[in-house]
Amino acid sequence: MIAHFLLYPLLFQFALAIVLMFFWRDTRIQRRLSVAGSGIALLLAGFLFAQVWQFGTVTFQAGGWQAPFGITLVVDMLSATLVLLTCLLGLAISIFSSASIISERAKFGYFPIYHLLLMGLIGAFITGDIFNLYVWFEVIIISSFVLLTIGGEKPQIESAVKYFTLNILASVIFLTAIAVLYGLTGTLNMADLSVKIAASENKGLINITALIFFVGFGIKSAVFPLYFWLPSSYHTPPAAVSAIFGGLLTKVGVYAMIRVFTLIFIRDEFIDNLLMTVAVLTILSGGFGALVQNNIQKVFSYLIICHIGFMIAGLSMHSELALTGAIFYMIHDIVVKGNLFLVGGMIYKIKGSNSMKELGGFYGSYPKLSILMLIPLFSLIGIPPLSGFWPKISLLQAGFEDNYYVLIGFILLGSFLTLFVVAKMWTNVFWKASTGIPRKPNFKYFGDLKFKDKLNMVLPIAILALVSLYIGFFAEHVQLLSERIAFELSNTSGYIEAVLGKIPPVNP
Amino acid sequence: MKTIILRTASTYLLPLLLLFSVFILLRGHYLPGGGFIGGLIASIAFILHGSANGQENTKTLLRIHPGFLMPVGLTVAFFSGIAGMVLEGKEFMTGIWFKDPLPVIGMIGTPLFFDIGVYLVVVGVTLTIIMTISESS
Repeated sequence: MIAHFLLYPLLFQFALAIVLMFFWRDTRIQRRLSVAGSGIALLLAGFLFAQVWQFGTVTFQAGGWQAPFGITLVVDMLSATLVLLTCLLGLAISIFSSASIISERAKFGYFPIYHLLLMGLIGAFITGDIFNLYVWFEVIIISSFVLLTIGGEKPQIESAVKYFTLNILASVIFLTAIAVLYGLTGTLNMADLSVKIAASENKGLINITALIFFVGFGIKSAVFPLYFWLPSSYHTPPAAVSAIFGGLLTKVGVYAMIRVFTLIFIRDEFIDNLLMTVAVLTILSGGFGALVQNNIQKVFSYLIICHIGFMIAGLSMHSELALTGAIFYMIHDIVVKGNLFLVGGMIYKIKGSNSMKELGGFYGSYPKLSILMLIPLFSLIGIPPLSGFWPKISLLQAGFEDNYYVLIGFILLGSFLTLFVVAKMWTNVFWKASTGIPRKPNFKYFGDLKFKDKLNMVLPIAILALVSLYIGFFAEHVQLLSERIAFELSNTSGYIEAVLGKIPPVNP
Repeated sequence: MKTIILRTASTYLLPLLLLFSVFILLRGHYLPGGGFIGGLIASIAFILHGSANGQENTKTLLRIHPGFLMPVGLTVAFFSGIAGMVLEGKEFMTGIWFKDPLPVIGMIGTPLFFDIGVYLVVVGVTLTIIMTISESS
C-alpha cells in the first residue's frame, strides 16, 4: 500500500494556498477559509501522528522512483511530532491573524503566503532527501520574506534586508556542503548518506563538510556568532508573523541540525566539542542580550537565542537521555515561544506600545487576561510543574551522567537569566504603575474591536496556554514521546531500513 | 517609446513571440526549453506590446488581470501532480502518458501539464511585477 496519508498535510496546505489566491481581493472569505483550513490541516496532521505512533516510520517514494534514486519522504516520530506542532501553531496563529491582520496587509496576499510558509515547514520536516531539504528551506525563506515585508513600513524593510541577506548566505553555504557531500558519496538520500559516510575513509573531508553544514544551519537557527539577524528582524512584522517565526522558523534550523548530526555525521569528538562551546556561548549571549532590552518582542527574540542554546546543548551531549531533553525542550519551546509573541502582540494592541518603560498597570486593568498571559511566561522559565521544567531535568541528568559540569552550570545560568528577565518583565508590564502612554491616532485599539475579533485574539493564546499546561501536567506523555524519538534518533538502523528496505552492504 | 516603427513591429511580434513561446514550452521535456523559459518569452511579448502601445492597451488585450494566472497555473500544476495518484492509484507525482503521440504536439502526459502550469505562473508573476512597477513610476 502506498502511504499517501503522509502527504496530506503538505498537499492540503498547498491546495489551501491556491484556493486562497483565487480570493485575492476578498479578505473576509480568506480569513474564514484560512481558519477552517488550518483546522482541517490539524486533523490531518493528527491522523498522521496517530498512524506513525501505532505503526512506526512511514516512507513515500515520489513518482515511484525507488530510494536512493528518487526523492524520499520519511515521517518518523520526530517528523510527525513537528508536523503536528506546526499545524497546531498554524491554527492558533491563523485565528489570531484573522482578527489582527488589517485588510491593507491581507490584500497583498498575507493568507496564501502564510499557508505556503506552513507548507514549506511541513515539507522540511518530512523530507528524507538532503537536497529536497534545501528546496524546502528556499520555500520557507521566500514566503517568510514576503510576510516580513508586507505592509512596507520602514523598520520592516530594514530588518528584511538583514534577514534576507543572512538567510540567503546560509542557503548558499548549505548548498555548498551538499555539493561536497555529493562529490564524496554520490548520493543525496539521507539514509543512504548515513550508510556511505559511515563506510567512507576520507574522515578529514567529512568533518569539514560537517562544519560547513553546521555554519549553514547555525545561521538559520541563530546560534552564537551568527545570531544577530534574529533580534533585529523578529520584532518588526505584525505579532502573528513574529509568532510563526519565533515558534517555528529557527526550530527548522535546529531540526536540520539534529537530523544531520544524528543520522549522517555520527559521533565525532571534535564536532561534539564545537557544538558544546557554541551552545554555551549561545545561552550566554541570548540571556544577557535579553537583560538589556526594553521592547517586549525584542526580549522574546533574545530569549529564543538563549533557548536554542539549550537544544544545541542537548544535541552536543549526544546521549539518548540528552536527546530526550533536547526534543522535549523543542516541543515545549515551539508552543510557548509562539504564544509569547502573540502575548506581546496582544499587549501592543491593548496599550499601543511594546516598551517596558512605558507600559505598566496591566494587571490592574486586565486581571483575567494577565493570568492567562502568566501561563506562557512562567512555562518559559520552567517553574515546576509547568512545561519548561521537565526537559531540563533530562538535560541536567544527562550532564551529570557524562560529567559535563560546565555545561550544566551554563544551562542553570541560562534558566536563571530567563527567570530574571521574565520577572523584570512581569513587574514592569503588569505591576508597575502606568506612566500613561499617549494615544495614537489612526490606531485600532483592542477596546475598539468587535467582540468577535476580541475573542479571536484571546482564543489562540488560551489554546496554546492549555497545550503548554498539558505538556506541564501530563509531562509523562511528552516524556514518553521524547524518549521514543531519542531512541529512534540514536538507533538509526530503523530509519535506514524504512527508507532503503534493508541495510545494503557497502563496497568501500 | 511610442515610435511608429516599434508600434508596427510589435503588432507582428506579439503573435510570433507567443507562438515561439508555445513551441519552446512543448519541446521542453527532453530538449532545452520548458514552462519557465516559455513563460518568460510569452511575457516578453506582452511587455514589448505594452511599451510600444502603452500598458492600458495591453491590459485590454489581456482582458483578465495577469495576477489571476498565478492560481490558475498553480492549480494546473497541482492536478498534474495528483493525477497519477487519483487516476491510476500510483504514487504522487507519477507521470501518466497517453499511449500514442499526437501530431505536432507529440507525447502528452502529466509532465506537460506541469509545464503548462509553470508557464502560466511565470506569465502571471512577470506581468504583475512589470505592470505594478510601470504603474507606480
